[in-house]
Amino acid sequence: MTVSNVGIVIVSHSPKVAEGAADMVRQMVGDSVPLAWTGGNVEGGLGTDVAAIIAAIERAWSDAGVAVLVDLGGAETNSEMAIDMLDSGRREKVVV
Amino acid sequence: MDPTVQRKLIEQVANAVVSHADELTTLDQAIGDGDHGLNMKRGATAILERLDDLAAMPLPDALKAMGQTLVMKVGGASGPLYGTLLMTLGKEMPIAPKQSDVVRAFGAAIAAVKKIGRSDVGQKTMLDVLAPVHVELAVEAPALLARVRQRGAASADATIPMKASKGRASFLGERSIGHMDPGARSSSLMIAAACTVMEE
Repeated sequence: MTVSNVGIVIVSHSPKVAEGAADMVRQMVGDSVPLAWTGGNVEGGLGTDVAAIIAAIERAWSDAGVAVLVDLGGAETNSEMAIDMLDSGRREKVVV
Repeated sequence: MDPTVQRKLIEQVANAVVSHADELTTLDQAIGDGDHGLNMKRGATAILERLDDLAAMPLPDALKAMGQTLVMKVGGASGPLYGTLLMTLGKEMPIAPKQSDVVRAFGAAIAAVKKIGRSDVGQKTMLDVLAPVHVELAVEAPALLARVRQRGAASADATIPMKASKGRASFLGERSIGHMDPGARSSSLMIAAACTVMEE
């Protein structure tokens, strides 16, 4: 895998939407981009989960940085919260 | 703070959310994405599950721990917003706060919520309750708790005629007018519950 590419994390309220969007990205870019998805709240319902977003950022980590793509309000706020909880030095390399 | 009072405070504030979850959801279905009641109930329940633990902590640590619980469990935008509010209160509050400490810590917490929500007063959000309550808290006059509770409730009501310019409700534009903001309502509920416990 080329680590010079920025990683992509897809965060949706719905795990199905997140997984489906990630499938499409994977088909377009193959294995050249680190990619992870997460969706759903801690109980598996519609929503987002800060701990799961942190884990997804770890999976898609690239030294070039990680771009987090979100759907609605809470996904954005929770993604920003997740980034805030990363170590400094990595935090600066992630954008929503 | 006395552990018995602290326990009751946490319990009653969390219970106020749990017992009004359906109302909050109904408000949010009108102008938001309909998850506020369920999300807040999940957060409040997670706090109640740790009640023994939280009641035994020094107040600043308990506030921080509750904030973290909300961030990790709520699952919607209200998690980071209320989580940040409580975590900042915990960071700014001394172990035995005086009125002036509460005013200062609450001011810092509101600033943190504004920053993470990229929002300000007048946009039909929880800030439209928190900011007037902060002003009321700073007034040195009798019946502080009764005034704060009243100000919180009146401010939540005052979001009804407002037009939302932040959050999902802002997509509705003019049609957001005529509904109370769910975040303003949950804030006023929690403030009222806290005031009632402190009055006893």
